[in-house]
Amino acid sequence: MSEKTPLLEMKNIRKDFFGNQVLTDINLTLQEGEVLGLVGENGAGKSTLMKILFGMDVIRDTGGYEGDILLNGQKVDFKTPFEALAAGIGMVHQEFSLIPGFTATENILLNREPKKKSVVSEIFGERLDVLNRKEMTAKSDAAIRKMGVQIDGNMVIHDMPVGHKQFTEIARELSKDQLKLLILDEPTAVLTEKEAEALLDSIRGMSAQGIAVIFITHRLQEILDVCDKVVIMRDGYVVEDVPSGETNITEITRKMVGRAVDTAAATDIRNNPDAPIAMSIRKLWVDMPGETVRNVSLDVREGEILGIGGLAGQGKLGIPNGIMGLYDAGGEVTLRGKKVPLNSPRECLNASMAFVSEDRRGVGLLLDETLEWNIAFPAMQIQNKFLKNYLGGLVKWRDEKAIHDVTQRYIDELAIKCTSSKQKAKELSGGNQQKVCLAKAFALEPGFLFVSEPTRGIDVGAKSLVLNALKKFNRESGVTIVMISSELEELRQTCDRIAIVSGGRVAGILPASESAEQFGLLMVSQVK
Amino acid sequence: MSTKQQNAGKTALNFLRNNTVPLMFIIICAVCIPISGFSPSYLLNEIITRLGRNAFLILSLLIPIMAGMGLNFGMTLGAMAGEMALIFVSDWQIWGIPGVVLAMIVSIPFSVILGLICGKILNMAKGREMITSYIISFFINGIYQLIVLYLMGSVIPIAHGSIKLPRGYGIRNTVSLLNMRQCIDNLLAIRIGGVKIPALTLLIIALMCLLIVWFRRTKLGQDMRAVGQDMQVARDAGINVERTRIISIVISTVLAGFGMILYLQNIGNLSTYSAHSQVGMFCIAALLVGGASVDRASIGNVFLGVTLFHLMFIVAPQAGAKITGDSMIGEYFRVFVSYGVITLALIMYEMKKRRQKASIGEQLALAQKEEEQHE
Repeated sequence: MSEKTPLLEMKNIRKDFFGNQVLTDINLTLQEGEVLGLVGENGAGKSTLMKILFGMDVIRDTGGYEGDILLNGQKVDFKTPFEALAAGIGMVHQEFSLIPGFTATENILLNREPKKKSVVSEIFGERLDVLNRKEMTAKSDAAIRKMGVQIDGNMVIHDMPVGHKQFTEIARELSKDQLKLLILDEPTAVLTEKEAEALLDSIRGMSAQGIAVIFITHRLQEILDVCDKVVIMRDGYVVEDVPSGETNITEITRKMVGRAVDTAAATDIRNNPDAPIAMSIRKLWVDMPGETVRNVSLDVREGEILGIGGLAGQGKLGIPNGIMGLYDAGGEVTLRGKKVPLNSPRECLNASMAFVSEDRRGVGLLLDETLEWNIAFPAMQIQNKFLKNYLGGLVKWRDEKAIHDVTQRYIDELAIKCTSSKQKAKELSGGNQQKVCLAKAFALEPGFLFVSEPTRGIDVGAKSLVLNALKKFNRESGVTIVMISSELEELRQTCDRIAIVSGGRVAGILPASESAEQFGLLMVSQVK
Repeated sequence: MSTKQQNAGKTALNFLRNNTVPLMFIIICAVCIPISGFSPSYLLNEIITRLGRNAFLILSLLIPIMAGMGLNFGMTLGAMAGEMALIFVSDWQIWGIPGVVLAMIVSIPFSVILGLICGKILNMAKGREMITSYIISFFINGIYQLIVLYLMGSVIPIAHGSIKLPRGYGIRNTVSLLNMRQCIDNLLAIRIGGVKIPALTLLIIALMCLLIVWFRRTKLGQDMRAVGQDMQVARDAGINVERTRIISIVISTVLAGFGMILYLQNIGNLSTYSAHSQVGMFCIAALLVGGASVDRASIGNVFLGVTLFHLMFIVAPQAGAKITGDSMIGEYFRVFVSYGVITLALIMYEMKKRRQKASIGEQLALAQKEEEQHE
């Protein structure tokens, strides 16, 4: 076997995004019919690696990659996904790429429909060929059979359960005759247990037919069940490449999250189980696209910093966005005994809650306005602060001096780098914009603060400043903070307790002093 | 049993929701017909005339809807192309059916150029096609007037004095098409009990319907449906989205040009500066009355729409005059109802989208409740 040329070989793949190294010396080999499980935390570089293999535009737009990809011993360099497809690589993405009003058959053969020639098409070109429905049905049936899962080819995607949509996507790849390698990016995330089982069976079936599969998933048991070998990535490196028989879940989890030097949790963690409940969340659901929250119940204690972590798309972002009324939500939320009306941002703000959104540029800032305006605006709007009243409050004028003073205070406190407090928000760097968002929330002097992804897209120096500012705000003003972040390390450094969300539900709450492995296990667990 | 009844109730409610506009018009017509006092044969005659006059124009709207570009207010562009062709053909003094056919052929290059321009612009304004095409039609109307009012006769040779303004250039307000009036309608016309049936016109419309049915089954038709539902997915599958959208607008414009020529041969004269001005709005209103929406329209909608919309126009003024004694109410009603129907249809389309969005939340809440019951 080993003398045979491998189907796929990736040699010393390196990739950086504008100086930020995301992949370093990746080596992979894959034999015909082999199933490879690719695991790693968010940001470990799995997606980037697959994008390189698949020739996605984003790779070339950001300066290409280094290293070689060999397919059947031949060096390849795909300029577009279509070239990769032609070479026999298929990919099923996390988001569905299906036409909702088409049947499964029409989707499976989208833009590859068998056609019949006619007189008209001879004259006006082949786009006026009539579709050959009979052959379409035959071909899609064959692909569905190859997959080994029963789905109805005549069913419209719109009416299908999520699992069937996923199977339709897989069948589309299988209907391509040249398919030799199939990449499945978290295909089981949306499936029920039974459907996932069926999918694993069909992966085994494909492998038996000589199709190699790269299987990306966070459900580690599935990897052990179906894969021939496991490749674990962390921070852009391959940290482990073993046959799946020689490892186990704990081992994989440890390799996935464990840093070489395990940064310890903060030393000043406070765990006070007797503190009164500040916010109680009961049976919350949130319809935030890509971040659905299901039946979440959670208590936030007075004065603590509660972290909410979890992998991308599991619903951690949906919790603050739903409670603050930015997305459709239901359930019951009470703040210090008073009910918080859902789907009404204004009421939440009136109840002295504040929210620093993960969408800095869209929700967080008035990009074309000055820092003064950005920082003072919500306080002016909601609490009538920084206003001078005339004629018994009939006429309200902005108190420019007070606005200038408060802005200057936060610029100093948070070390916001700017030319003056009159500079426009859009001219600031990402880290400084984030600080402005925080200052804006601080200026509201809230009783309860949600902070979502506070360090997304900012550099290491700015990161620690932002996190320290948050911690200081909590410790000095006693404000209860809920912080949502994808980075477990920063949660462990900042928070007192950390809740992990998986599949839209709370998988568990642990004190921040627990080991990274424990959190890792919760992240990949399936909550019923 | 009770769930069955619930389901039946739900389907009935859905039927009402999806067909509000046609049902409303059926009720209006049902009330107005007896008040107006028109005889059934008169009404039938009128409706068949208007069907022959308008159906082709409305059919031209179907393809952009299929391609997800909404109601093509830019069909006015095709109407203008058709009018220019008719001006040339009457200047060349070619009458009768050869005149009509020649006008159609001459209109094609104008329609294609205008369609290309419109399609390119609409590709820059994805998601705002309707308002953009509406404004484009005003802009192109200005260019049309420049050509017809100043360039024709001075730069573009117009030989015949009868269609020129007395000052020597520009086209008169009205161009008589008396020599080709109803030439297609009258050929092969059948009379059944006092009702004149323009068989050839209806045959052309039937052929057009078949063409559309055939088109839906072609690769291009399938691509248009895919592009109409999700541009990104279509693009990922290798379909040239921009080109497909432009083709759909070009086809619509060319068909609208043909439709306008058929319409004007029935009327028998061309109001040079105003014939096209409201044709887009009336056609779109008729299509919506037939039960179509911004993203879904069928051939059935076209015929139901023409029938109901024009039936109302025939009976409502008479009924209004009988009740109020003022016959001007008819024209007022016509414009009012057209804009009203379009506004209503746009609001209902938005509401439907919102309802669909809200239903995801409802499903989540429902799933959660079921889960609790299991525990």
